[in-house]
Amino acid sequence: MEYVKLINCMRCGMCLPHCPTYKETFLETASPRGRVALMRKIEEGELEASERLLEYLSLCLDCQACATACPCGVNAGEMVAEFKCERHEGRGLSVMEDLVLRKLLPHPDRLEAAVAPMRAYQRSGLQKIVRSLGILKMFPPAIGRMEGLLPELPARPLRRTIDEVTPAVGEERGRVGFFLGCVMSLVFSEASYATVQLLSALGYTVVTPKAQKCCGAPNMLAGDREGLLEAARFNVDLFAGHDLDFIVTDCGGCGAELKKYGHHLAGDEAAAAFGNRVRDISQVLSLHGDELREKLTPLPLTVTYHDPCHIAHCQGIRQEPRSLLKLVPGLDCRELAEADACCGSAGTYNIEKPEMSDRVLSRKIATIKATGAEVLVTSNPGCLLQLKKALAEETPPVRVMHLTEVLHRSLSPR
Amino acid sequence: MEPSFIKELSGIVGTDQTLIDTESLACYGYDSTPEHESRPGAVVLPGSEEEICRILALCHGAGVPVTPRGSGTNLSGGSLGRPEGVVIQTSRLNRIVEIDEENLTATVQPGVITSTLHKAVEAQGLFYPPDPGSMNISTIGGNVAENAGGLRGLKYGVTADYVMGLRTALPDGSLLRSGGKVVKDVAGYNLNQLLVSSEGTLGLFTEVTVKLIPRPPVKKTMLVHFPQLEDAALAVSRIIAARVIPATLEFMDRVTIRCIEEYAKVGLPLDVDAVLLIEVDGHPAQVEEEAAAVRAVCEKHRCSFFQTAATADEALKLATARRVALSSLARMKPTTILEDATVPRSCIAPMVKLIQETARKYDLTIGTFGHAGDGNLHPTCLTDERDTDEIARAHQAFAEIFEAAIAMGGTITGEHGVGLAKKKYLPRLVGESGLRVMRGIKGAFDPKGILNPGKVF
Ligand SMILES: Cc1cc2nc3c(=O)[nH]c(=O)nc-3n(C[C@H](O)[C@H](O)[C@H](O)COP(=O)(O)OP(=O)(O)OC[C@H]3O[C@@H](n4cnc5c(N)ncnc54)[C@H](O)[C@@H]3O)c2cc1C
Ligand code: SF4
Ligand code: SF4
Repeated sequence: MEYVKLINCMRCGMCLPHCPTYKETFLETASPRGRVALMRKIEEGELEASERLLEYLSLCLDCQACATACPCGVNAGEMVAEFKCERHEGRGLSVMEDLVLRKLLPHPDRLEAAVAPMRAYQRSGLQKIVRSLGILKMFPPAIGRMEGLLPELPARPLRRTIDEVTPAVGEERGRVGFFLGCVMSLVFSEASYATVQLLSALGYTVVTPKAQKCCGAPNMLAGDREGLLEAARFNVDLFAGHDLDFIVTDCGGCGAELKKYGHHLAGDEAAAAFGNRVRDISQVLSLHGDELREKLTPLPLTVTYHDPCHIAHCQGIRQEPRSLLKLVPGLDCRELAEADACCGSAGTYNIEKPEMSDRVLSRKIATIKATGAEVLVTSNPGCLLQLKKALAEETPPVRVMHLTEVLHRSLSPR
Repeated sequence: MEPSFIKELSGIVGTDQTLIDTESLACYGYDSTPEHESRPGAVVLPGSEEEICRILALCHGAGVPVTPRGSGTNLSGGSLGRPEGVVIQTSRLNRIVEIDEENLTATVQPGVITSTLHKAVEAQGLFYPPDPGSMNISTIGGNVAENAGGLRGLKYGVTADYVMGLRTALPDGSLLRSGGKVVKDVAGYNLNQLLVSSEGTLGLFTEVTVKLIPRPPVKKTMLVHFPQLEDAALAVSRIIAARVIPATLEFMDRVTIRCIEEYAKVGLPLDVDAVLLIEVDGHPAQVEEEAAAVRAVCEKHRCSFFQTAATADEALKLATARRVALSSLARMKPTTILEDATVPRSCIAPMVKLIQETARKYDLTIGTFGHAGDGNLHPTCLTDERDTDEIARAHQAFAEIFEAAIAMGGTITGEHGVGLAKKKYLPRLVGESGLRVMRGIKGAFDPKGILNPGKVF
């Protein structure tokens, strides 16, 4: 870690009220300012990287709300992630990490095959039996949490069903590449299908190269920089073969990572060009607001929008999704208090740090309930998983939809 | 610290609210003050007034020093604890107890965040004016202890002008009630006012009752560019001489403007000496009249550009830019030393000039901004703590700046307090008799000297 990054924090405290873990605990150790201080003390040799210290750091959600708030340009969340990454590096991967990060994620076929039993398990009715009998209580809690989060899986991942080329409706205005994202394709294939349909309806030919790999964000989190670079290299080359205006994704996490490819593969022109072309779906759709407005039909729903961290804090996209929702006739859009506060999903955080995740989540749920909305709209698979589960348990339940699902529903009402 | 003592301490607040591990304590070794660190022996986060009193009684009995802490945003080292002492952080006491619309008061626990109080009272059409730049994180308890001022200080005054009643836990754990909801109260010494700005050395506030006023119906925000520094300074005193008291009259110099623009991108000019942010508020007709008077004065003093915010959003954007002045300056270099020199407002131009000359003399980058309307300037030195030579020069420069401020009839701190950082200048300002009286007061409240020892004097 560059020392100057650590001493740039002037300890003004401006970040404190934005940090979800500080808001829950009021502890300096659980604040951005405190996290930077801890890393700095290690660097200065005043503290050892003890188990406890690492435990404190690992309470960070990496939501990067602190970065948005910090006037000095300090990004405590990213620094903690980088710090953890540096410590992991060269340590080698555990058997489990190797399995997931190297043998599964980079190979969509295998990944899909691995998920197939889950789907069978759900379809067979076994899931219902398992859940009602509480068999999961016999397993480590992490497994139970993972199982509980999973919504009903689609029959087939989008990667399997989508055509490599979806032609533009009407005159072609441009060509875009579609980056699927593992979870979006596997779990939220309907939302991603909607994404492709919207693009095509607006005159884009959508190219979805089927060989594409995971964006590499999970590797980065585990300190597997090599795995990340491999994925980046592969994806850059794969998409370079097509003549594309944008590379579009409807996954906030993928978008944030893909935009950094130029930085990861520094000096590589193709990677820089790739990174510069990456757009969140809301950015592309916003370019054609007037046109979209004409195509949309009334949708009498009360909705509110939750800003995913990877969209709002990492990519700085806030206005676009809101303006898009406002285009839908009949849609009653209510602003959510603390809309850009993390929902507690944060990658695998909700499984690794269940207690804090639940506290952060409860706050989110309370604000959502306060709006009285029937539908919560968001646009990141982690948030979708987390909020779907939690909001289904509310009375009355609140539905959760991806931004593109709402727009698509209004585009072609069922 | 003795394990038996820690045990008693955690017996009061609970083990999860008692921090004694090295890592946690390291995170309480600082506040927002650059260059000051001191690791406390333990930190506790009480959940009630009763717990605070019990902690104090325990520490008093054992002769253990106690330091109150809100959010640790003060800029004078005031909330740093002693290695052999306990820090009491009030953040968990964050309830707004009551907003009394009949008496126009609000009663809050000490850990309530300033802007939370703003929002709560504004929702009822009321107004709590004190708005320090740190209002999104500073606590009311900290504001009272530092007598925090803010952007609206010129017209509406500072925290002291709004404190009506206090509940204060004294060092021995007993409770002192002073003031209340009555507007008039001349029974005995004015302990309320004495406690305000006591920097946590006399007692620990457990509840604060503040005065509210009706929310001014409209306000107008103006941004004025001045190619010449003297013109800006002259405009400040002439606006007031024209019998207009703006709610806000803020000054930013060239260095500050450049930094804010880089961070906040609000379209500030990069080629002028100074910018004034002016806000007038009140009833519509009065606001119109005052805005026109302000404009006339500025134009007479050769402003090059006069902008009136058209929408509330635009106004907020301009005011926000001023709020982040300090932090934006901090983007330029790793270490930011912010000072708080205050002079009679007629001396603003000579003071800013002197600061700039001193910066040149010592080869330093100093940006100056501040509450020009009340003469409170924040010369801010941008430096790098790894450059010990530069740091030494910065301290020399500030010593000269303070000397000059005192000579002009000013003071060494207008709102940030003395704490640790300004201790060495206090005797020069208040003299022997001043110190003697202050020490006498301290002794009356805290004969054992356990409350925030080493601060102020
Ligand atoms: C970016 C920035 C901008 C700022 N702008 C301004 C400004 O415009 N105007 C201004 O006046 N200040 C400003 N400050 C300084 C600071 O924010 C104020 O002094 C604020 O009032 C401190 O509040 P706190 O809750 O952080 O208190 P702390 O910093 O935690 O404590 C401050 C002092 O109060 C004592 N204290 C805290 N709580 C209690 C209590 N309950 N009872 C008794 N004593 C207590 C502490 O012991 C300490 O001496 C700024 C600071 C920053 C970092
Ligand atoms: S991280 Fe930024 S906002 Fe937080 S204390 Fe440091 S400088 Fe201030
Ligand atoms: S990334 Fe989120 S949780 Fe981590 S320090 Fe920043 S605001 Fe707090």
